[in-house]
Amino acid sequence: MSKPILYSSWSSSCSSRVRIALALKKIDYEYHAVNLRTDEEQKDFALNNPAKKVPILKINGLTLTESMSIIEYLDEVYPNPPLLPKDPEARAHARAIAFHISSNIQPLQNLAICRKLEEIQKGYGIQWCHDVICRGFDALEQLLKLYSGRFCVGDRITIADLVLPSIVYNATEKYNVDMGPYPIISRIAAELGGIPEFEAAHPSRQPDAPKN
Amino acid sequence: MAKPILYSYWRSSCSWRVRIALSLKNIDYEYRPIDLFSEESKVSIFQFTLRIPRFCQNDPEFVKHNPAKKVPTLVINGLSLTESLAIIEYLDEAFPDPPFLPKELDQRAYSRAIALHIVSSIQPLQAISIHKMLNEKEKRYGDFWCNHFVNRGFKALEELLIKYSGKYCVGNQLTIADINLPSIIYNAKIYNVDMTQYPTIVRIGETLNEHPKFKPAHPDLQPDAPKTTKADM
Repeated sequence: MSKPILYSSWSSSCSSRVRIALALKKIDYEYHAVNLRTDEEQKDFALNNPAKKVPILKINGLTLTESMSIIEYLDEVYPNPPLLPKDPEARAHARAIAFHISSNIQPLQNLAICRKLEEIQKGYGIQWCHDVICRGFDALEQLLKLYSGRFCVGDRITIADLVLPSIVYNATEKYNVDMGPYPIISRIAAELGGIPEFEAAHPSRQPDAPKN
Repeated sequence: MAKPILYSYWRSSCSWRVRIALSLKNIDYEYRPIDLFSEESKVSIFQFTLRIPRFCQNDPEFVKHNPAKKVPTLVINGLSLTESLAIIEYLDEAFPDPPFLPKELDQRAYSRAIALHIVSSIQPLQAISIHKMLNEKEKRYGDFWCNHFVNRGFKALEELLIKYSGKYCVGNQLTIADINLPSIIYNAKIYNVDMTQYPTIVRIGETLNEHPKFKPAHPDLQPDAPKTTKADM
């Protein structure tokens, strides 16, 4: 089998989820930094993903898109370690937390959204993204209160934990969110930050990350 | 199994998906409408022959099942489940017939990818609450914003469907992707999206609208959908 190729961007939250999954599954891959400077690069990118988004994973002759779909595929084809609990209830809660972040928070605070809203009024975009994260974190803290153990759902890493670090990174590094009201989110993010596979997937460690 | 309870709002896209899923799996449930825009629980007359309670988001019974106070929330098999896609995956695992995902791994991945494209890249950007907030910020800006992002998402979705669709979104088996399609098409029309640009989306949408299990899930047929009744006149 030829080496999988991951089309990724260093700062992309969605790409970081898949980077973590590949690291946890111990799948070695080639990192293809997405760089849309030329028409040819844009055409190649759009061919691989009509939605023109990272990440894209080329693996086993397939071209896969959408980070959460990629992760479910990896978990089905490479079952160890599992990213979803065996227990149906815990599986549902793990997916619910993952989707809450990936569908309710992430899409409303990405860079493109922020820039677009800054066009209405300077400062509005930043405030919007900050508030989106706070609203999302209010709900997330409640979910974690119900279901978390050492990690988001119980004491083993699940799909929910793959999605958490990048949104916390955005909250703290980009939008100045006060994490005081979110002790469980903070605790789990810190716990995950110390795990080697999560460290390796950090934006700053990617080949295309700026050197400073 | 005790009768499942679905907390839902008639026009909520996310609730609509779960209604479709429950219908496809032939699961009978109790419909509890959550009024997304009300401060207190109240009992209202929806039809002159039917009197059903309408709950608000702060209702203690609802909050017990979902502290995040969002629809849809499905109470089933002793569990309180949230997030429409997570609910749909649970239903597919707990009630395997008919399946929502193909057996082939690649087809499964494409089905999920299309569903997730709708759920993560289109739906959140044109949700009712977002539309309202932006219109309040600047007159008609919400209308522009929602039209823009649905179009952006549909351009990509049309290409994905050209690549993968047969009778349905992915091949000829109805999948999780199809469950997510009707609600976003419905919203696209609200935001004046020119659907002539998206013939594959339109074709599949029409196929699904005619599916007998999709029809009962339509917003207009829900108990809390506004209708002109004798009681209102």
